[in-house]
Amino acid sequence: MTAFRRLLTGVAPHTSWMLGILLLLLVVAPHLVDKYALSVLILILYFAYVGQAWNIMMGFAGELSLGHALYAGLGGYVAAGLFMHYGIGPWAGSFAAAAAAALAGAVVGYLGFRFSLAGVYFALLTIAFGEFTRIAFDHLDWFGGSAGLFLKVDVAPNAFDLRGGPLLFYYVILALAASAFVLSRLLLESRLGRYWLAIREDAEAAQAVGVPVLRYKLMAVTISAALTSLAGVWNAFYYNNLFPETAFGIGRSIEITLAPIIGGLGTLFGPVVGAVVLTGLGEAFTSVGDMLGIPGIKQIFYGLALLVIVMYRPAGLWPWLAERLGVTERRR
Amino acid sequence: MTGAHLELTGIGKSFRGLRAVHDVSFEVPSGAIHALIGPNGAGKTTIFNMIAGVYRPDAGKAMLDGRVITGLRPDKVCAAGVGRTFQLVKPFKGLSVLENVTVGALHRHRDLGDARTSAEAILARLGLHDRRHHMAESLTLPDRKRLEVARALATEPKLLLLDEVMAGLRPTEVDVMVGFLRDLNARTGLTILLIEHVMRAVMALAARVVVVSYGEKIAEGSPREVSRNQAVLDVYLGEEDAA
Amino acid sequence: MPRGVLPWNDPIVTPDFLLALAQAVTKGLLTGMVYGLMALGLSVIFGVMRVVNFAHGEMMIVGMYLAWAGFEYFQISPLVSLPLIALLFFAIGYVLQRGLISPFIGRPEHQQFLLLLGVALILVNLCLAVVGPDSHGVQLDSQFDSYEIGPLVLDAVRLHAAVGAIVIAGLLWLFFTHTRIGKSIRAAADNHMGALVVGLNVRRLYAITFGVGAACVGAAGALMITIIPVTPSLAAEYTLLAFVIVIVGGLGSMTGALMGGLLIGVSEAVAGLLADPSLKSMFSFGLLILVLLLRPQGLFGKRGA
Repeated sequence: MTAFRRLLTGVAPHTSWMLGILLLLLVVAPHLVDKYALSVLILILYFAYVGQAWNIMMGFAGELSLGHALYAGLGGYVAAGLFMHYGIGPWAGSFAAAAAAALAGAVVGYLGFRFSLAGVYFALLTIAFGEFTRIAFDHLDWFGGSAGLFLKVDVAPNAFDLRGGPLLFYYVILALAASAFVLSRLLLESRLGRYWLAIREDAEAAQAVGVPVLRYKLMAVTISAALTSLAGVWNAFYYNNLFPETAFGIGRSIEITLAPIIGGLGTLFGPVVGAVVLTGLGEAFTSVGDMLGIPGIKQIFYGLALLVIVMYRPAGLWPWLAERLGVTERRR
Repeated sequence: MTGAHLELTGIGKSFRGLRAVHDVSFEVPSGAIHALIGPNGAGKTTIFNMIAGVYRPDAGKAMLDGRVITGLRPDKVCAAGVGRTFQLVKPFKGLSVLENVTVGALHRHRDLGDARTSAEAILARLGLHDRRHHMAESLTLPDRKRLEVARALATEPKLLLLDEVMAGLRPTEVDVMVGFLRDLNARTGLTILLIEHVMRAVMALAARVVVVSYGEKIAEGSPREVSRNQAVLDVYLGEEDAA
Repeated sequence: MPRGVLPWNDPIVTPDFLLALAQAVTKGLLTGMVYGLMALGLSVIFGVMRVVNFAHGEMMIVGMYLAWAGFEYFQISPLVSLPLIALLFFAIGYVLQRGLISPFIGRPEHQQFLLLLGVALILVNLCLAVVGPDSHGVQLDSQFDSYEIGPLVLDAVRLHAAVGAIVIAGLLWLFFTHTRIGKSIRAAADNHMGALVVGLNVRRLYAITFGVGAACVGAAGALMITIIPVTPSLAAEYTLLAFVIVIVGGLGSMTGALMGGLLIGVSEAVAGLLADPSLKSMFSFGLLILVLLLRPQGLFGKRGA
């Protein structure tokens, strides 16, 4: 019960109501919208979730990771591999997936932090690990190699194996996104979260007041990695295929970071807002591009969005929006 | 909380061949306020950094209540009971005043609510309570210094290392800080070691002064004795040319 | 010599194999020279201004596309259009730095990175939108010529490209060591505040620096198109490659950038000979990880750079 109370400390009543209504709307949404809108909603929730997971490492602990596809990829491949080779369903497989990703995160984090890599250098380290793994998986036959891993679809719909239509996946990703949101709030309003913020602001000063910096940074990476891996599991079972190129590629890593950056680093609502804006407008631009027969329009839009945000609203869209809505996500 | 007893024996540190500190020894008894003075570049902050765990000494050691603390990581040194401030203040800029001190309080209070309460009390004693929700970034320098002290105090130290905490303060502000520290020391018996250039503060607070120059201790005694010591005068004012 | 057969599976390391190896090494050295020129551009930009140019590979392929277009539509050889392209890149780089990037120099690194990432996304997708995803190459008249040095056969095209790269690198060296502007740039890189104090117009110098770096990349692109066809997907690969080379070779070291380029070029070619070509990048990334952890100043860089 204290956790629940902590969740609501400092939250203005009208904010709680708005969130409650939003959640309710999202729960009934599939019955209100058409198939296309549902698929867009699914994408939004996916990016909100994975952005939230990435945000824990960057927004809270201040470490820029450009290799997060490593954890999503590992998650997807481990769960898919277990499913295809041993018939182990994704619910159980997720534990293995998260463990694998957490381990990878711990390795990357430990190496980076122990060797005092910061900023760009740390980011490059994460990219290097991602690329290294991508090439490695191209040659691992157990995982299908570069030809890819395909999940069997000719199975009766069943939630255990995540075999089913969009509706099933919608509710799963909704649950994940909502949980991530709640988890982030709980983490932030805890000793762990406060220590993370302190480390992000000034690691040396944090150490001087007793924060074991290395340990907490590692916790940020491993938690972020484990959460990201679940997105990978979901992704694998939703699209039913995995290729090292897309699963581990730097394109995916960057994709993961766009929503939280555009929405607002280090904030709770940032990844959500970013996901809505990017996916919504992204879909619009893709349609335009398809109509005109010009490829790459959506990405140009993403590039412009990044430029505009980083030049004029480096704190992201959410802080600006929050002021207008009168919702101050207590800027700690 | 009674103060800890600090003892440095033969502590030394070189950086790539440059001897920053060499064979420095002194003691600060429990509950005392001592000052560490010397010209710029004498090695005072390096000595602090060795006590606080930022550097590992090349020679000698520092002991807190008989336990060796040199070689420990800074967060472990804090756990042992040492609080320190930085010469160039390092507030958590993106956090509020209250949240800054709360981070310190979390060292002894696991629960966030308890930590915040403790932090509020400390802020009140330092006169920052009314500004507790302001961003640390928006504070003036004197307030940032107070914040830094508050944050260090929140970790409930037995020894407080203050690195030039008076620098940049006006005389009235210096007096306020001196009053606060004296009062703190009288009430709780907290041991305090100050690096200071502002002599007004040194004279008013320190029972004993250690003088360092070019990394070596050149004098130790009461503020009076030290201010009359020829070696000290030479170092500060320059030696007289052999006429 | 069959590909993918490791020498220690064979009973003897034959003279044929040694020749093939030497051949590969030479080819790698030549290509590596052009990689080195590309990396030199990044060394100038990242090394001097600490700007994380995540659009480096994208700039490279724009150079490649321009040179290809010149050849395809105007029959101008890339080697001829090179100076024009370099000049154009200098101008664009200058404007880009002055207009867009300059306010970001003091800001947190991740913001710079995002800015340039945005530029990168726009550049590469503009290429995609205008030209399409297919690969485009340049077939020069000298395509099938070669020079022979003893038993070694060198592609004429590759050799010309390498020579071009060396010449440009040489010009760059002269610029930085013998011209006033070049020396001022190095001063500003060494000590920003000091440069301001002695009255150097640092903003203008930075713009020139970015322009020079961009010109290197443009030139490298014009040279590279003679060797390799261009596709949009090369962009990200080249960005990473440039960073690997600069970090392995050492920031702020021109020799380092060139040596790094040669190292990567050779390792690529040798990997192609001995094992799966796709593993070549694994070597580069593995090397990057090792260098980042153990010798962050790179093989030729100065400590504390």
